[in-house]
Amino acid sequence: MSMKQYDDPQALADALDSTDYIADEGLATAAFLALRMGRPLFLEGDAGVGKTALAQALAQVLDAELIRLQCYEGIDASQALYDWDFARQMLHLRAAESVADADRAEIEQELYDRRFLIARPLLKALETSPSVLLIDELDRADDEFEAFLLEVLAESAVTIPELGTIKATTPPLTVITSNRTREVHDALKRRCLYHWVAHPSFDREVEIIRRRLPEVSESLSRQVAAAVGRLRAADLLKPPGVAEAIDWAQALHLLGVRELTPESAARSLGAVLKYREDAERVVANDLDKLLAG
Amino acid sequence: MTSGWMLHYVDKEASAPARGVDETLLGFARMLRVAGVDVTPDRTMSMLQAVEALDVLRQDDVYWAGRLTLCSSPDDLPKYDAGFAAYFEGKEAVKRAGMAVEQPRPMHLPVGIDAPQGAEQEESDDDPIPGQATAQEVLRHKDFADLSEADRQALKRMFELLAPAAASRRSRRYRDSHTGITDPHRSIRAAMRTGGELTRLQWRDRRVRPRKLVIIGDVSGSMAPYSDALLRFAHAAVRRNPVSTEVFTLGTRLTRVTRELRLRNSDKALRAAGQAIPDWSGGTQLGEMLRAFLDRWGQRGTARRAIVVIFSDGWERGDPALLGEQMKRLHRLAHKVIWANPHKGHAGYEPLTAGIVAALPSIDEFVAGHSFDSYAKLARLIADA
Repeated sequence: MSMKQYDDPQALADALDSTDYIADEGLATAAFLALRMGRPLFLEGDAGVGKTALAQALAQVLDAELIRLQCYEGIDASQALYDWDFARQMLHLRAAESVADADRAEIEQELYDRRFLIARPLLKALETSPSVLLIDELDRADDEFEAFLLEVLAESAVTIPELGTIKATTPPLTVITSNRTREVHDALKRRCLYHWVAHPSFDREVEIIRRRLPEVSESLSRQVAAAVGRLRAADLLKPPGVAEAIDWAQALHLLGVRELTPESAARSLGAVLKYREDAERVVANDLDKLLAG
Repeated sequence: MTSGWMLHYVDKEASAPARGVDETLLGFARMLRVAGVDVTPDRTMSMLQAVEALDVLRQDDVYWAGRLTLCSSPDDLPKYDAGFAAYFEGKEAVKRAGMAVEQPRPMHLPVGIDAPQGAEQEESDDDPIPGQATAQEVLRHKDFADLSEADRQALKRMFELLAPAAASRRSRRYRDSHTGITDPHRSIRAAMRTGGELTRLQWRDRRVRPRKLVIIGDVSGSMAPYSDALLRFAHAAVRRNPVSTEVFTLGTRLTRVTRELRLRNSDKALRAAGQAIPDWSGGTQLGEMLRAFLDRWGQRGTARRAIVVIFSDGWERGDPALLGEQMKRLHRLAHKVIWANPHKGHAGYEPLTAGIVAALPSIDEFVAGHSFDSYAKLARLIADA
């Protein structure tokens, strides 16, 4: 099955909109080109700006399965690509041995059959069509892992020594995210489209909150978006992302707050600020100022 | 945007015939490369493909096609925006002022880049002339501020041999080994070859990796006599461990020079770094700059569990309280914070400047950084950290 295509970035943006993911022009163009050019999309940006959510929304509009590979330090091929199911191989061997006239060569052949292969996310993505492959937080994996990814991304195929090459009929749409805790190697970036995901504009953020939390009033959503915007400009250790804005709006709503006041903000600050120093600084700088305007 | 907008770009030769789309775009890519964006031929090809997939007559589409394919880090984006405005909208003024990279000042450092390396010098390195060792010994302890041109040339070689390496740490990755813990996968794989009979266990052990090393060098005016040596030291460190070493300079702004220092040839590397640094010999706002480093790099991971070496005399023109606060933050992230100060090597030095006083509580090792010898000691300190 081939991947669904869209005529232009706006058409894709409209489709994403129907899944409640509101993409601005840059992001829509990036996703459109990734689809059209068959290139991986490399998304960088602060935590919580919606990089992972884009992959989820794309899977939804493309009617494709989302396959996620969460990166971490020490991840290697057997966790990302494939592994042999040794226990089953062993059982097969024992079972074959009990048959009297077993052909040794044939048994050995059978041992490396596809059914004994466990597909980890990368192989699974190549075998599933259509699929969206999310390689999440690549910056957490170590650099050897990037070199290993190059091969998979460039060829949309993997070679398994005992089995041969497995190639995707339809290459998956690959979305790679990075929080930029370290610089990803240029060789990998060169194979991708690069997009820096910035914090959303005020209007877009209000809309995102409204879509995600329809039960929260328009006025409270606007107040939260405005306050979060000011917090981002307020020189904090961890400026809040969209995810925090949504959390905050939800927390306020659950507390029965209708209007963002210094008192209600102080009570719920933990939903939006994740460092003690940040909370202290904001409270010391007067919550009124944060909410004014 | 109106259609046909691209025909309005400013051409230096007004009489030149209108160029084709490809040529225009290639010219744009070339110009960006000059402006400091790392535009490679394959990136340029991608841009042409991307423009083709979009609408070449829409300015926004061309903007995004170029940005998504030619840029590769947030640092590229301001240069791209300025370059795009200059090339396609004819805003020449923006090209200069808005560009993140200013015209580099001529490198005032007497690095002796162009000095020919005499054959005699080559020989004298190998010949154990009795006087030589003493001369080198003197040179080792000489303050960088008092060096002659010839001294610098001689020291250049010594720096190339320094290769400071960070101590290693145990990684989460495994490697095949003869000790450690059993590796069930490889053991069973080996058993497969003997018909399922486990004849020999296989082992694995944690891999050892070098710890991250971050070098932050102050290139403000007061540090000028030492900038050359500090960059040479950084170059040696990058050469030794290109992947796990990061180098930044700070003055009136923060510049990452790791990429430039990866060039093998030390003179070329230093020249490239010199051109990348826009703020030679300006003032320093250490606290402000350290915060920029922590916000953009440190907190995200560069400084996490790393050995951080700061080269500075601690002359803080900004708020010392801010410096103290940022040093505390750095100290929480880093494995070890080492501060090398050229003045510490001078007799009678007391750490009394407000900047140093504020920073001292968050420093693990406070060392001298005025002579080759002090750098060699620093290299050992880094190796043992």
